[in-house]
Order: sequence, then structure tokens, then C-alpha cells
Amino acid sequence: MSALFPFHGGLKTVRHKTESNQTPIQAGILPPRLTVPLRQHIGAIAKPLVQPGDRVLKGQMIGQPDGYISAAIHAPTSGVVSAVDQQPVPHPSGLSDLCVTIESDGEDRWIDREPVDYHRLHPSELRQTIRNAGVVGLGGAGFPSAVKLNLAGRSEPLATLMLNGAECEPWITCDDRLMRERAAEIVAGLQIMAHLLGPAEVLIGIEDDKPEAIAAMTAACAGTSYEVRPVPTRYPSGSVKQLVKLLTGRETPVDGLPVDVGVQCFNVATAYTVYRAIHCGEPVISRVVTVTGQVHRPGNLEVLIGTPFAELIKQCGGYRDGVERLIMGGPMMGFALHSDEAPVTKAANCLLAAGPAELAAELPVLPCIRCGACMDVCPANLLPQQLYWHARAKEFDQARDCHLFSCIECGCCSHVCPSHIPLVQYYRYAKNEIWAQEKEKQRAEQARQRHQARMERLEREKQEREAKLRQKAPVRTEVAPHLDPLISAPSPTKGEGSGQAG
Amino acid sequence: MIVAVIALGLLAGASGLLLGFAAIRFKVEGDPMVEQIDAVLPQTQCGQCGYAGCRPYAEAIAAGEADINRCPPGGQNGIAALAELLGRDPKPLDPESGIEKPKMAAVIDEQSCIGCTLCIQACPVDAIVGAAKHMHTVIARECTGCELCLAPCPVDCIHMIPFAPSITTWKWTYPAVEVKAAA
Repeated sequence: MSALFPFHGGLKTVRHKTESNQTPIQAGILPPRLTVPLRQHIGAIAKPLVQPGDRVLKGQMIGQPDGYISAAIHAPTSGVVSAVDQQPVPHPSGLSDLCVTIESDGEDRWIDREPVDYHRLHPSELRQTIRNAGVVGLGGAGFPSAVKLNLAGRSEPLATLMLNGAECEPWITCDDRLMRERAAEIVAGLQIMAHLLGPAEVLIGIEDDKPEAIAAMTAACAGTSYEVRPVPTRYPSGSVKQLVKLLTGRETPVDGLPVDVGVQCFNVATAYTVYRAIHCGEPVISRVVTVTGQVHRPGNLEVLIGTPFAELIKQCGGYRDGVERLIMGGPMMGFALHSDEAPVTKAANCLLAAGPAELAAELPVLPCIRCGACMDVCPANLLPQQLYWHARAKEFDQARDCHLFSCIECGCCSHVCPSHIPLVQYYRYAKNEIWAQEKEKQRAEQARQRHQARMERLEREKQEREAKLRQKAPVRTEVAPHLDPLISAPSPTKGEGSGQAG
Repeated sequence: MIVAVIALGLLAGASGLLLGFAAIRFKVEGDPMVEQIDAVLPQTQCGQCGYAGCRPYAEAIAAGEADINRCPPGGQNGIAALAELLGRDPKPLDPESGIEKPKMAAVIDEQSCIGCTLCIQACPVDAIVGAAKHMHTVIARECTGCELCLAPCPVDCIHMIPFAPSITTWKWTYPAVEVKAAA
């Protein structure tokens, strides 16, 4: 076994994996109505391809990628489109976004699925197939995978292709179950990725609290050069930059991506959807979601995208008493949902019904005592305390100089803060403000240019008018005294023209 | 003695020529301070400051003729940025020039528009399109919300609509925590 390169900081969190990882993945029920958001990924929102009243088949594309960094959206079941409008989506704001609502016809009838022999396809065609299948990072970020599978423009060949099965959030087990039950399919998807990227080595990082998953993946990798590397259970080892450091010892530069140090990393569930897209011809229309916390039968469900969260809760036996909050994602990095009517998206890996036991008690916020505990646990090697001062004082430039944008919002600092300061909230606020200011600056610059162009145009028009007037004036004075027929001939027309203008 | 006088004289002459040449060759066009102030202003071109646009206001500030608290669209944050740039103390917005409002965009009620082109002529950023006796419309993306088109409209068919909150423009708010003094 190769050496590991521990990242700075991190936390030992209390594990809550066994609540949900003891039972196999269950198939989700087919709900009567599905609400499919057209923005489930990073990048531009997909362009709707259907109108209310259209009949759609399961797997039919209903949203087209709009631009390079965008992803396709597909109908999760067959039925009739009842609306293409703004509906609540899972987002910390609780706001609505453009969604396609499909009334299921109960038949669940597929489009013609065509498996592809990827060895015969040109890499760009293969990438296009993956793009058209709507494959995005399923670890939570939702970055379009076809973009990451394209190394064009990079001179050096890829050193490492990495599969992220760390799953460091204390409550989530969807990747764990997927690796235990569908390791062969994940490895088949990984082979397609390796075919496209041509890496020198392929590593699979899995936290060592998942021995069954490690065993299953090791067995599935038998006969290949792919290496399963158990990593110590330490939050946030599942964060890309931290996992890259852990397995390869390479540090991703500030403002850079792991690919800048020769590593490309995908989630295990993403590899699984690549397998489905190529070997089965099925686009991403479902995902495994961990439903855990204060529900009667916690577990993992494979549900259609667009299923309301309330249906998942119902299938898991309903809420227990004392649920205070419904959290999407884990307790460390997730956010509270405003309603359980919001639909499952590609990024929804976990639904945590949190009661008082799951939530950190809201303790009074005390002044910072500069203990430095936050600095000791920061996996991004930042100075959280310094960032806090700047963000709190709204000194955004200074916060940026302290590498605010290297913060991965893992929540380690808030977790250990003895003064219970909600540090990450300050960082998120500062990041959002800086982005908004940046956008505002761009708008202002555009307005300035338009204003300047207008002033120049007005000035030009004025000069043209004056030039015309000057041109007209000498003609008159010349014509009158000499009465030369050659010169006087055109003068009436000129006089007329300028008369109109005046 | 005479050698020293000649030497120094030559040196002075040469330096004078060099400086004179540099003054012409490296002349800075415009006032760099005006540029910096103009970059901080919101470029609404609304004229609420009493000047004919953001740049004239920037020139007036640079010349010391205008105070820094006359820009309502820039608001308190804008005043703070100007104060920082000019090394002065921030002060509250001058109520004479207007009040700080949320960002809005002009919308033409296309049913009532008579196509008089007056708003087109008033728009400082050419954000209104249309032709005489044809309906006009505002390019929402380009509208700075200056409100200069409202007054000329003879049928009052232009309204200011605040930006609706959306997922793409939504922001995390400042943490609402009360810091308790340690007992």
C-alpha cells in the first residue's frame, strides 16, 4: 500500500452511517407528478424543449444544454407535460426556478435505448453522448462531466484519474451502498472515463469506515490496474482538493483546479451514470438518495429526479416526532429546505430529517477569543479568524487577500469554535457580496461605455449638421452677386434641402 | 572658476532640455484622479447629483467643487468607497440630491405607448428601442434605472419595476447574530 499524504486540519466527526447503510438500496415509487428543474447543474440553465400538453417518454430530452458549461435534462418517466414554469426548487433561498412538470401516465415507457460501443466512437462523439445523457457530478456540485472529460488544450497527459468514494459527511451513505451493490458498473464507468482521459494511474479513494465498499470495489477492480486506496476517516477527506492531497501529495494551487496538478476527480455515482449512459443508453433520470435522521425506516432510495421529498419521507415510514428541520446534503455542508414539496435533483445526495439530537444546539454567540482552534482544523490552510474579522467588518478586499475564495465551506471552523460563531455564514455572505459587487462593476462599465458611445454619436451628429450649414452658407453668398448660371443652377435644391433640415 | 561655471551651466541647460522634453513626451492626458472617481460611481447617468452624468460629477469631485455625498444610486456604500479613495470621512447622503432606493428598471406599458420617441431621446445609455409612431420598449439588461425617461413621457406609460429576486441573484445575508458579552 502506498503512502498517504494527510491534509492539514480536518475533524473526527461522530459517525451516523449505520442508521441508513444496513439495508439495500430500495427502488423509489413512481409518483403521480414529477417536477424537474431545468437548472440542476453548475452553468447555464437548460433550454426547455417541451411545451405544456406535450407527451414525453421516459428518458426523452426535455431540456437542452445551453452553451458549453451546461447539461441536458430528461423526462424521468412517461406522461404529459402539464406546465413549464417557476416552481420551488431545493435551494437555500427557497426561491422558485424554471421547471418542467410531468403528470405520469403510470406506464413508465422508455425511449429507444441504444447501448454504445465506446471503443468505436471518436472521443468527441463519446463526450457528446455523455453530455446528451445529462451526466453531471453527483457528489453535490453538479459540474457537467463532459467538460471535465475533455483535456484538449492541455499539453501534458493526465497523471491520475481519481474516483471519490470517500463520502466523509457523517450521515450520508448513498455512495457506500452504491459501491457495495454496483461496484462492477462503477468500474465499467470508470473504464470509459479512463478511455477518454488516458491517465497514467487510476486511484479510488474510500474512507476506511466502509470496509464492505472497499472489499466490493477491490473485487471489481481485479484484473485492472485500478487501485483502491482506503483513506483514514477524517472529515472533509471527500472534498476534491483534500482527497487529491491525501492520495497524491499534490497541492491544488489557489484559484486552480486539480487538473492543474494532473489529477481529474469524479464521484463514484458519476462513474455509475456514465456506465448507464454508454452501456445501457439511459440518461441521468434517477439517483440514490440517503433518507435518514428522524424517519421511521432510514435507508437509501433510488428515486426519479423530480420526485417531491415528501414522497421519499413517506416511503421511509414518515417523520418521527420532533423533526425541526429538513436538511438536503449532510449536516456539515447541507442547507435547510423551506418545504418538503421541493423535488429531488441530481445534486440531492441526502435528506436528513433533523431533530434536536441531530442539530447542534443554538448556543449564544460569544466574542472571538482568538484561540486559533479554527485555524488548526481548517483543511484549506486558511486563517479563519482573520477571514472572520474582515467579513464581519465588510472589508471584502482584505478578506479576498486572505484567500477567502479558497474556503470550501466545510464547516470545520464553525464546528470547533468555542464561541459558537457561525463562521461559514460570514464567509458565504462575503463571497456573495464580492460576486455581486463584481457583477455590478461589469454592469456599470457597460453603462459607461454605452453612455460614452451616445455622447460621441450626439457630438458627431451635431458636427455633421454644422458642416451642412457651413456648406450651404458659402453657396448662397457666391451665387447672389455673380448670377453665374453654372453655379446658381444647383443652388435651389441645396437651399431646399437645408431648409428642410433647418 | 570659469570652468566650473561653464560646466554647471551646461549641466543646467541639459537638465532643462531633458525635463522640457519629458514634459511633452510623457504628458498625461486627462486627470487620472477623475478616472478613478468615475470608476467608483455607479454609471447610472441619472444626473441626481446636479451634473450632466457620472463623469462630469467625477470631474467636479476631483476639482473640489462637489461633495462626495451627492450620488443616491451609489448609496452609502458608494460614499464609503469615494471616501476611502479620497482619504476623507464618509458622510450621510445629501437628501437634496435624492434618497437611496433599491435597484429598479424602467418598463414601458406597450398598450399605452404612442411612439413619440421622447423617452428614446432622454435615455442616457440608449437602452430604449423604437421608432416614431411605433411602440417603444426598454432593453431591461441595459437599463440603469436612472428614471430620466419618466418625465418626458406624455402619456405616463413608463413605470419603474424593482428587480424580482431570483436564484441567480440571491445572496446569503449578513449573519443575524447577537454577540453576547462574555460573563
